[in-house]
Amino acid sequence: MRYRRRRLINLAAQALAVVCTVAVLIPLLLIFGYLLTKGVTSLNLDFFTQLPKPVGETGGGMANAIVGTMVLIGLASALGIPVGVLTGVYLAEFGYGRFGWAVRFCADVLNGVPSIVIGIFAYTLIVLPTKTFSAYAGGFALAVIMLPIIARTTEEMLRLVPTSLREASLALGIPSWRTTVSVVLRTARGGIVTGIMLAVARVAGETAPLLFTAFGNQFWHQGLSGPISSLPVQIFTYAISPFDDWHRQAWAGALVLLSLILLTSLSVRFFTRGRFGAVR
Amino acid sequence: MANKLEVANLNAWFGSHQALHDVSLSIPDSAVTAVIGPSGCGKSTFIRCLNRMHEVVPGARVTGSVRLDAEDIYASGVDPVQVRAKIGMVFQRPNPFPTMSIFDNVTAGLRLNGGRRSRRELAAIVEHSLRQAALWDEVKDSLDASGISISGGQQQRLCIARALAVEPEVILMDEPCSALDPIATTKIETLIHELRERYTIVIVTHSMQQAARVSNFTAFLYLGSLIEFGPTEKLFTTP
Repeated sequence: MRYRRRRLINLAAQALAVVCTVAVLIPLLLIFGYLLTKGVTSLNLDFFTQLPKPVGETGGGMANAIVGTMVLIGLASALGIPVGVLTGVYLAEFGYGRFGWAVRFCADVLNGVPSIVIGIFAYTLIVLPTKTFSAYAGGFALAVIMLPIIARTTEEMLRLVPTSLREASLALGIPSWRTTVSVVLRTARGGIVTGIMLAVARVAGETAPLLFTAFGNQFWHQGLSGPISSLPVQIFTYAISPFDDWHRQAWAGALVLLSLILLTSLSVRFFTRGRFGAVR
Repeated sequence: MANKLEVANLNAWFGSHQALHDVSLSIPDSAVTAVIGPSGCGKSTFIRCLNRMHEVVPGARVTGSVRLDAEDIYASGVDPVQVRAKIGMVFQRPNPFPTMSIFDNVTAGLRLNGGRRSRRELAAIVEHSLRQAALWDEVKDSLDASGISISGGQQQRLCIARALAVEPEVILMDEPCSALDPIATTKIETLIHELRERYTIVIVTHSMQQAARVSNFTAFLYLGSLIEFGPTEKLFTTP
């Protein structure tokens, strides 16, 4: 009797878990499906190779925005990943005292700051003094958004590495910096990469902080110290325009952006997977 | 018989809790010394003080001196990293590096200390260490497999091989068999018998039988103080 009840509860709990999982997956599939149906018709070779055409002319593409987004993500990663990972290492390995607490708190607050505010911050810090919108400013704004995400996930992942591994390494007479780099970071690599990919995916779709930092343009960018176009901003401008043709291109742009993120995510996973797997 | 380690007035704290009270004893060269006592009596703390691993825990503190061949490892200016290379340690639970192969596990101490060695030298060291740890025949065909793909007993012997590869003078073992089954335990004990000719071994155990089986000398700790120390036969027959 009791046993039957237990089994029923177990079954119910399992069913609930499955239902919730499906509920989580449905929006993702719906978004992707919707983008596919809306966007795929406007996708063609021109879209990837051509610059935007002036209003009224059909055709043209978003090549400059695709390249621009990649440049911006590259800039943001070059700044955000090393600083973020090192901050995480500091927090996990040495951040016991008040200062560690303060850094952790600041990172959490920074994580909650609306991205448009970070855009304004980058605007005041870089755009105003240099008197020009630039890829640097955009990359900087995105890096600031990446920082807390990467720092906190790195810290969490490093904390998951058992103390016994650290001790094993130290007891072999391996210096502590080497222990951190070759044993602790290496063991936590999978998790850290996940954190980085989350951060990259997050900033790849950011529009607000780019509006007045990278600004965007309709041409190939002229060096990193000038304005640069990006997919999110381009999608935004096209979507709020009154032209049907631009709307179609915006859908295609959204599809490309999503695929781009998916693709980077997959390839990074593929190339950084350890020989034996690690903490995920 | 010469003494390898000379412990004098050793006190150890965790924060404000004193775990060891004024422990003094001499650990003889090329012999097995067992440290026994009830749970929480400071056995592990004691052994961790011998290669400066105690201070790794935040808030931990040590006073007193430990001399390795007349040289105080707690003297100022002594690098704990150097000490740990001479005094190796095997822990309670097998802890091979999960992201490294068996080969890389054994050579980890050498590679990560900055020394450069050719692949052939490393291969020779790996074979030698694994043979010493009585593991070579079981893993020689799978040196590229993960360090955690083997059984618990094998992992523990891998950890011993990893410690041996650095060529320490002393090996500390902190309850090396407590997470293992009886058969694996027997293997480790046989191994200790073989190793004691070349190394000075200090082993912590909660099993009196194990202490009687493997050790030449036994120290009995209780509530952080050394109660008795002497040759094992004597301590167990005329306490």
